[in-house]
Amino acid sequence: MFADLPLLSLLIWLPIAGGVLVLMTGDEQRLKHTRVYALLISLLTLAFCVPLYLGFDINTAEMQFQEKVSWIDSFSIYYHLGVDGISMPMIILTSFINLIAVAAGWQAIQTRVAQYMASFLILAGLMNGVFAAMDSILFYVFWEAMLIPMFLIIGIWGGENRIYATIKFFLYTFLGSVLMLVGLIYLYTQSGSFAIIDYYTLPIGLTAQILIFVGFMLAFAVKIPMWPVHTWLPDAHTEAPTAGSIILAAIMLKMGGYGFIRFSLPILPDASSDLAWLLIAMSLIAIVYIGFVALIQKDLKKLIAYSSIAHMGFVTLGFFVVFALVSADRFSAAVLGVQGAMVQMISHGFISGALFLGVGVLYERMHSRQISDYGGVANSMPIFAAFFMLFALANAGLPGTSGFVGELFVILSAFQANPWYGFWAGTALILGAAYTLWMYKRVMFGEIANDRVAALKDVNGREIALLVLLAIPVLLIGLWPQPLLEVMEVSIEHLLQFAVTSKLGF
Amino acid sequence: MPGVYLTIVLAPLIAAIVIGLLGHIIGRTASHWLAILGVGLACVLSFWVFKYHVIDGAPIYDAPLYIWGEVAGITFQVGFLVDTLTALMIMVVTFVSLMVHIYTVGYMQGDPGYQRFFCYIALFTFSMLMLVMSNNFLQLFFGWEAVGVVSYLLIGFWFKKDTAVFANLKAFIVNRVGDFGFILGLAAILAYCGSFTYSEVFANVPALADSGMTLPIAGVEWSVITVICILLFIGAMGKSAQVPLHVWLPDSMEGPTPISALIHAATMVTAGVFMVARMSPIFEYSDMALNFVIIIGGVTALFMGLVGIVQNDIKRIIAYSTLSQLGYMMVAVGISAYAAGIFHLFTHAFFKALLFLGAGSVIIAMHHDQDIRNMGNLRKYMPITYVCMLIGSLALIGFPFFSGYYSKDAIIEAAHASTAWAAPFGYWTVLLGVLVTSLYTFRLLFVVFHGKERMRDELRRDLREPRAVVWVPLILLAIPSAIVGGFFIGPMLFDSHTILGQSLFVLPKNDVLFQLAPHYHGAIEFAIHGLTGLPFWFGVAGIVITWLFYVRYPAVPAKIQSHMKWIYHVLINKYGFDEFNQAVFARGGRGLGYALWQFGDVKIIDGALVNGSAHFVGRCALILRRLQSGYLYHYALMMLLGLLVFLLWFTLLR
Repeated sequence: MFADLPLLSLLIWLPIAGGVLVLMTGDEQRLKHTRVYALLISLLTLAFCVPLYLGFDINTAEMQFQEKVSWIDSFSIYYHLGVDGISMPMIILTSFINLIAVAAGWQAIQTRVAQYMASFLILAGLMNGVFAAMDSILFYVFWEAMLIPMFLIIGIWGGENRIYATIKFFLYTFLGSVLMLVGLIYLYTQSGSFAIIDYYTLPIGLTAQILIFVGFMLAFAVKIPMWPVHTWLPDAHTEAPTAGSIILAAIMLKMGGYGFIRFSLPILPDASSDLAWLLIAMSLIAIVYIGFVALIQKDLKKLIAYSSIAHMGFVTLGFFVVFALVSADRFSAAVLGVQGAMVQMISHGFISGALFLGVGVLYERMHSRQISDYGGVANSMPIFAAFFMLFALANAGLPGTSGFVGELFVILSAFQANPWYGFWAGTALILGAAYTLWMYKRVMFGEIANDRVAALKDVNGREIALLVLLAIPVLLIGLWPQPLLEVMEVSIEHLLQFAVTSKLGF
Repeated sequence: MPGVYLTIVLAPLIAAIVIGLLGHIIGRTASHWLAILGVGLACVLSFWVFKYHVIDGAPIYDAPLYIWGEVAGITFQVGFLVDTLTALMIMVVTFVSLMVHIYTVGYMQGDPGYQRFFCYIALFTFSMLMLVMSNNFLQLFFGWEAVGVVSYLLIGFWFKKDTAVFANLKAFIVNRVGDFGFILGLAAILAYCGSFTYSEVFANVPALADSGMTLPIAGVEWSVITVICILLFIGAMGKSAQVPLHVWLPDSMEGPTPISALIHAATMVTAGVFMVARMSPIFEYSDMALNFVIIIGGVTALFMGLVGIVQNDIKRIIAYSTLSQLGYMMVAVGISAYAAGIFHLFTHAFFKALLFLGAGSVIIAMHHDQDIRNMGNLRKYMPITYVCMLIGSLALIGFPFFSGYYSKDAIIEAAHASTAWAAPFGYWTVLLGVLVTSLYTFRLLFVVFHGKERMRDELRRDLREPRAVVWVPLILLAIPSAIVGGFFIGPMLFDSHTILGQSLFVLPKNDVLFQLAPHYHGAIEFAIHGLTGLPFWFGVAGIVITWLFYVRYPAVPAKIQSHMKWIYHVLINKYGFDEFNQAVFARGGRGLGYALWQFGDVKIIDGALVNGSAHFVGRCALILRRLQSGYLYHYALMMLLGLLVFLLWFTLLR
């Protein structure tokens, strides 16, 4: 019965239309209605992911659920949607995290509730658009449009220093993406098409590849964010409201990783190969340098933000060790690296989402993000402490949780590219445990630090439900990643074929 | 059969999950019964598996349970390998675990975290079983880290205590240093063997050794096998607390005593020894790695024992003893006497669990005072505990006929006979270690159970043997501590078909136990022969010295201490490992983090580049703005100047 539905369009436009609806019907007198509407819309969006998953054929690398309508004829720009094994899980992740985000702001947000909920719904639709777009201009439009709701979310419902943070966030990411547009237009002039898939087979000279690569890299590296263009993230996170942080960490960062695997690697194989050393170096610096920086953060959100940067280092590392592996004739290790990177992205979506949710739970009660204001929270919030322990351990890459799978695959793969890559990536085992569990110790363990901690109330039913919802995928992927791996396998191998085939021979 | 294996693993897991989720609903009694029944079922089945594999000689079971993941032809599976080594290990693990479960009912009585504790120890039992039953490296790593986490949770069980949460963080991070090596070892295995399944990897190793492939590290070419072994062994050094990654184990005594017995003496900490034995088909091909194991093991065996002599906390003394005994096991596997290492692991599990639980019994009686200087003459009040502790102590020092004697003497003999170049070092450390062991063991026994009664009066009136749930496990552990060695030495080490023969692989040139076998003529003669040996006299000397110093002339130790200040100083500071780690790694790491953050992020990236470029644009705008003054004569002047420049350019310079 779902086969005829334009599923991808629904996943994009249902939340957007729903967001507009919430915006129009929103009423400061009847906040409950607004919240319930928003929740229903996000539930419905998530429900459409079920046929998307069930109807997905894991045996083909072809784009599935395609929709193609002419949009701007004179430049042959199409409203062209489709998903493969790489984008499909990202769309499910986005729709799922959107539900968490909507429910996370249930009590914390008391002003401009309709606008708030609408921002998140619209943002979810736009992000689904990014992952579903097969036309590069459509992709670019979604990519830029999604900045607007995020800008508003931080700028309106954010903390004290939100203006600095939003401007930094906006300029950083905007600067990057404008150069991406230049690259896309160049590709159009060469191919006469804006279809991403057409670019995979388009011959491009090395100089052009490198220039385009640098343009793309700025856009994607800022989003991920990679060292050294990462400093917007801790600021954005600290100022963003809880749900904003959740979306930012869980989904928006993944856009950068997605961009690398969808655009840079298959379209610009030679430039990617030539510059892989640079990206690998930046990734390893992110893992080690940022790991140390995370260690001494005094602000909970900053700590988790830095931890995100370090974790995303594994994503780019997994992508760019591919080239060294292929030249050493280790294709299966290359696939392993990319699989690891993808699992890391998805897993980090759940884990960082859960950690920011946890910080939000504390912040709503204590109105402080300073680690030093806490201590002994486990005494007054034992249930919360148990959940937070699970996510902290997952963040430290404990086997049996999703956090382990990606790190393991990337380390295994990086080691084959060069044992030293494996060595430096492996330090995350120590650093990740150190910064996460030291934070946990200072916040949760010990005697009750002050009266405010003593008065803390444990998580309520809504919060428990959210934490359980996030714990399930974290454990499921950790104990049995195979269902996720098999969805991505064929598509990754397909994209890698482009990534490892030089375009210079044409 | 898979059903039985699966039940052994799942029974404790299900108990843990139910107690974890519903513990506060079903209550304390139901929780402890559930955990005891779960582990009890696993224990009974493990004995049956032991009979099935060891006595009936069932074939090795090696099969996957499910495919965890599959990437580009590389299969990651979860599965069981059950052979005699596994059968022996699960028997030890579930038996000691069951004893500890029963004991806990008494020890943790009245603790607000009662259900949580049972949840954790049942979960630990599950993790440990997964570790020893694994048929592949990935699951081994799973179990490896899972026992580490449960250990972390249990050391910090009393999470209000600052010392406890310091100790558990330290334990986890130090273990992670080991795991860092371990995971790189896994990466090397996958890179060169293309699989994680034991059987496939082991099959590939001889060819890999023959190929002479090398890896350049720090300018030296290392054989791949050596690199793999040393990386894996770094993992073992973390988990089995070998120098210099031993620092977490003494601190782990902050956890409740039952887990000190179960995790930090009998089972988890021996995982490293088990791992090296399990990996014998790899280690055998690297003499370098084996010698490395001997040296690390020997250093740990001797020098950690010495620290035990000056400790005053009853649990810490036993903890240093554990470190030292783990060193013995490592020396054993290092000289390729894997069976002797596992044998010592086996006997040690009983007598060390016994000593810890006995110490726990004392701690209950002493109202949680652990300082032996406040005890004395307790044998009058706690005869059962005393007798059990005495049996455990005699087993620990390797007194003939007690189980520890057989395993320890076998190690010493084997070290003596081994031809490895580090073996003489190993031999002397384990031999001198016997004296040291005897000194710290009987110092503890005499100070606690003999001599003057030094406790406060109101405490003395209260002193008595704890409940039966506490002392019954003591007796059940004392029996194997006394007799199991004599029964098992032949079948384990010297008979023509040893129990572990099918699990262990030893190259003929390294097979030191095989060379010793002709000299073995039964357990009793082995013990009688021991009466003339150096180790026995070292042991007796230790007992006599401690008796003189701590019972007969109790003023002497203080005098020695004041005369040999610097040695005492070195030992009481534990050779300064903790201070070094604190200063260099803990403070250094934080300092580096702070420097990178303040200098790298805040000053350079944000200050100079991000905000700097914003300021730069702003400053340029400020300068350019001055040009647009709005006065006509300024513009006219500019035009004239411009014209002049152009004229000069075209006339004079061209």
